[in-house]
Amino acid sequence: MNEGLQLFLESFWPIVWGGITGTIPLALASFAIGLVLALAVALMRLSKNRVVSGIARFYISVIRGTPLLVQLFVIFYGLPAVGLVIDPWPSAIIAFSLNVGGYAAEVIRAAILSVPKGQWEAAYTIGMSPATTLRRVILPQAARVSVPPLSNTFISLVKDTSLASLILVTELFRVAQQIAAFSQEFMLLYLEAALIYWLFCLALSGGQTRLEKRLDRYVAH
Amino acid sequence: MSPTDAPVPPTGGDPLAPREAGATDAAVLLSARGIRKSFGANEVLRGIDFSVRRGEVVTLIGPSGSGKTTVLRSLNGLETPDAGTLEFDGGPSIDFARPADKAARLAMRDRSAMVFQHHNLFPHMTVLENVVEGPIRVQRVPKAQALAEASALLERVGLAEKHDQYPHQLSGGQQQRVGIVRALALKPDLLLFDEPTSALDPELVGEVLHVIKELADEGWTMVVVTHELQFAKQAADEVLFMDGGVIVERGAPKEIFTNPREERTRRFLDRILRPLD
Repeated sequence: MNEGLQLFLESFWPIVWGGITGTIPLALASFAIGLVLALAVALMRLSKNRVVSGIARFYISVIRGTPLLVQLFVIFYGLPAVGLVIDPWPSAIIAFSLNVGGYAAEVIRAAILSVPKGQWEAAYTIGMSPATTLRRVILPQAARVSVPPLSNTFISLVKDTSLASLILVTELFRVAQQIAAFSQEFMLLYLEAALIYWLFCLALSGGQTRLEKRLDRYVAH
Repeated sequence: MSPTDAPVPPTGGDPLAPREAGATDAAVLLSARGIRKSFGANEVLRGIDFSVRRGEVVTLIGPSGSGKTTVLRSLNGLETPDAGTLEFDGGPSIDFARPADKAARLAMRDRSAMVFQHHNLFPHMTVLENVVEGPIRVQRVPKAQALAEASALLERVGLAEKHDQYPHQLSGGQQQRVGIVRALALKPDLLLFDEPTSALDPELVGEVLHVIKELADEGWTMVVVTHELQFAKQAADEVLFMDGGVIVERGAPKEIFTNPREERTRRFLDRILRPLD
């Protein structure tokens, strides 16, 4: 059998396994934490209190205005200089969560604003508090609007987790790098890693379509 | 119709009994005095005084921009007047010139329920969920009771079959009837209607007005902003004609429509009743 093909097949499962045990849990944990953060930031951004919305604005600006790799390095390599040492995995989750928090906050804010004002008014007149209105009336409708852009955020995040290889987290790309360094077959292994990322993202896009269909049940066509 | 299951209008008595001619003798439920409101430099309400007695149907008519919707929205706190007082029998009583008293505002809100021009149903909830949302989540009515009452109300307005449909699956007239049921389910003392048929196709107006007329006949107290003069004629106890942020003329529908005293009222009625002249 062709040597290249054999190496490709032999390394396929280890790289996929790196994805299953590294990339995917890293992306899922960061996305979950990031979404909670993003909702909080979006609500702060919508606050009438200028200080509160100013803090949210500043946070979003910093996250969107600096490279993710730099954020990651500040947390993992920078913080130890001030006596704060964080392990690779937690460092990666913190960095990615903060990043998702910044990007998704704007998506969620726009989605909340897209719900017609009449919905707030109707909820108010049936006696709902603002918090209940948000939970029962506004967010369910905002969720439908934000699925496509948040799916993009998630797919970007899955690919961005490859940066965690630079702070020693064992995930998909780091496994590929290690095999490449050992076999000196860089082209083959990096293309193989790219192929596997692509397959992961195809599966995610499929999931997005199904989720959109499910949430579409109350929307007129 | 199943009057036994339906919530009894707060006026008491037989809910299906015809309106009493002497409804004007009943106790005052709400009185508004000197209500003023500006949006920026635009003064939309310039001193509004009126009162609503229990069991009475008051309709607000007038050209667009006359301020009638703002009056209605002020009654349950969707707008906050700059000055004036609103007094509900049994409380609260609010003087808008004073700093906001949040508890009083919320108490006022809970006395009434609003039916909107664009129904504003919750699109992600079924018809039944829309109706029971207020009773269950806000008023803490036991679930089984709320569901039973909602079913009875939906049946009354001819929507028994539509429980599990989403609002977008209904016609405009059906949506608006669900909007009315959602308001009724709260058992408010006062029903507010903000041009409930203006957004409907002409052939759907009748079914909605019919429901409102029935509620009026049952003795519900209501304030109705409307362009449907025929409805005002048949259902109202008192008609308030507004123009330019003031009530220009008020009276029984018969007087207003057949013998208006004010020139502005006459011109408005002419424009609506004889648009081609």
